[in-house]
Amino acid sequence: MRASSILSVLAAAALLAACGKKPAPEQPAPEPTPARQEAPPPPPPPANDDAERRARDAAEKAKALRDELADLIHFDFDKADIRTSDQGILDRKAAILAANSAVRLRVAGHCDERGSDEYNLALGNRRGAAAKRYLTGKGVDDGRIEVVSYGKERPLDPGHSEDAWAKNRRDEFEVTAGADKLAAPK
Amino acid sequence: MRRLVFTSIGALAALALARPAAAQDTTRVEGGVRVGISYNLGERPGLIVVPGSGIDSVRAIVRRDLDYSDRFSMIAVGDPGHGTGSAAPAGPLNYGLYKALGAEFALELIDDGGKVTARLHDVGRSVMANQQSVTLPPATDANFRLAVHVLSDEVARWATGMPGIAATRLLFVQNGRIWMVDSDGMTPRALTPDGLTSLSPAWSPDGRRMAFTKLVQGKGGVFLYTLGSGEVTQLAGTETGLNITPMFAPDGAHLAYARSDEKGTDIFVASLGERGSQRLTAGRFADNLSPTYSPDGRRIAFVSTRAGPPQLYVMAADGTDQELFAPFDFGVTGPSYAPEWSPDGTSVVFHREVSGTPQIFVLTVAGQKLRQITSQGRNEDATWAPDGRHLCFVSDRTGARQLWIIDAETGRNRQLVSPGWARLPAWSRRLAGAAVVAPKP
Repeated sequence: MRASSILSVLAAAALLAACGKKPAPEQPAPEPTPARQEAPPPPPPPANDDAERRARDAAEKAKALRDELADLIHFDFDKADIRTSDQGILDRKAAILAANSAVRLRVAGHCDERGSDEYNLALGNRRGAAAKRYLTGKGVDDGRIEVVSYGKERPLDPGHSEDAWAKNRRDEFEVTAGADKLAAPK
Repeated sequence: MRRLVFTSIGALAALALARPAAAQDTTRVEGGVRVGISYNLGERPGLIVVPGSGIDSVRAIVRRDLDYSDRFSMIAVGDPGHGTGSAAPAGPLNYGLYKALGAEFALELIDDGGKVTARLHDVGRSVMANQQSVTLPPATDANFRLAVHVLSDEVARWATGMPGIAATRLLFVQNGRIWMVDSDGMTPRALTPDGLTSLSPAWSPDGRRMAFTKLVQGKGGVFLYTLGSGEVTQLAGTETGLNITPMFAPDGAHLAYARSDEKGTDIFVASLGERGSQRLTAGRFADNLSPTYSPDGRRIAFVSTRAGPPQLYVMAADGTDQELFAPFDFGVTGPSYAPEWSPDGTSVVFHREVSGTPQIFVLTVAGQKLRQITSQGRNEDATWAPDGRHLCFVSDRTGARQLWIIDAETGRNRQLVSPGWARLPAWSRRLAGAAVVAPKP
């Protein structure tokens, strides 16, 4: 597979995804298609099926990459150290970032409900900063990663159990630029 | 407008003679001046608000204010809120009757044709101890309640030597908005707009402004809100990053706050009206936050994770001499948060987890003794009333996180009325009669 062909397919997929919010009335390749003039296939279904399949395939791959960029990492109670078990998740993000220099990430640190509201803002900041330090340590440019903190203001799980707390002690990763074209790392 | 008919000095001296001296005179007024009367801590003299005609609302507010001061045993006679008809005693006060009811003080509130006259009687000596006439704004005026609270505080001062805490307000956070409420739980009003996350309100010493943090997409600036005009300005230097836990210095001209960056969180102090701020701590991947000034402005207590879990430290106001403040046993004592120095400077309130549940503690500055104040439910984020004995804090003892007030002397507590879920209270100093009014939300 050549990267360039993947890229163009991905671009098409991104376009499809972009207008995929509402079931936009299935815009079948508009009439003025100057590229393919000699082969005017009046029955679009077969060609479109093929294109759609490729596009869907590409969209899935792009989505998989975006999902990997968004994969959460978790923390021990009152700690901001990257868990050994989460290093693979960050390594994968670093690789995707290396292959996509336009991508920028916002890392948001979050906490469980224990500890004061205000302290948790500081702790969330440390968690976000820890992920950033790890990624920049893998060669990602400092300016591409922004750190923010929500403290315990936005729990994923509103429960009060160990389980809920474990889910809530996390870093979230949001792609703030370059999400439209994603190349898989080599 | 306000005149003292009898000089209070004489009356106070008389009271002092009439009452046995306490073992230790802890009576103080703001500014550290001792006054010549001793008030027996823990002893609550009986007080009757004498029924009368008219001004029922004033009588009801004053009666509740004196009750909430926790310095009197309030003695009910008849229905104090229903003062018409025969309840108003004609002629001189029946001292014998009130004495028989256990009262040491009787307070008359008299509708004096546009003015209200308060007369405090020393029942035991059968004399009027103090009297004052005040002109109150109309009951529909936004300043009416505060003006009545000021009168209540003056009555408390006549009787005990220390003014009450009625003429104060509290700020707190509910659903991301900062609210202000009177000390008796009345007239809550929202100051900051809906749909944002505003946190950590802090009063300016003169009660005319508040500082707070506004969280936007995981970042936060420190803002100053002027009560009355509603004007909001951003503290210079907090336009980027995460800036939290603002706290005014006692001079009202400086503001300490914590700023987070990728190396941790550190405490800075800014001079209001000037650009630039001075860094007081050097975190190195630790967090330093929640600064609180001693009332003389010389020291700052704060939370730090320099030794691991968050605990209480103290430093000089210029950042030197940083040291542990509240003793703890590493690996045993729970984390500690949210210190606030008491108005008299003798102690610092904070919360510390006990078996995973936060409880309010008071640290004595001299000798660093600890006293646990709460034990029921989760109790957090305490703030001092100006009398240095009442604390407002967040408690979930009835389920939802609500604001409660405890009198640290008697242990008596009450819920500060507020709907829903509330947190991060901040108690004002005594507010002047020239009232601080917030615009309608």
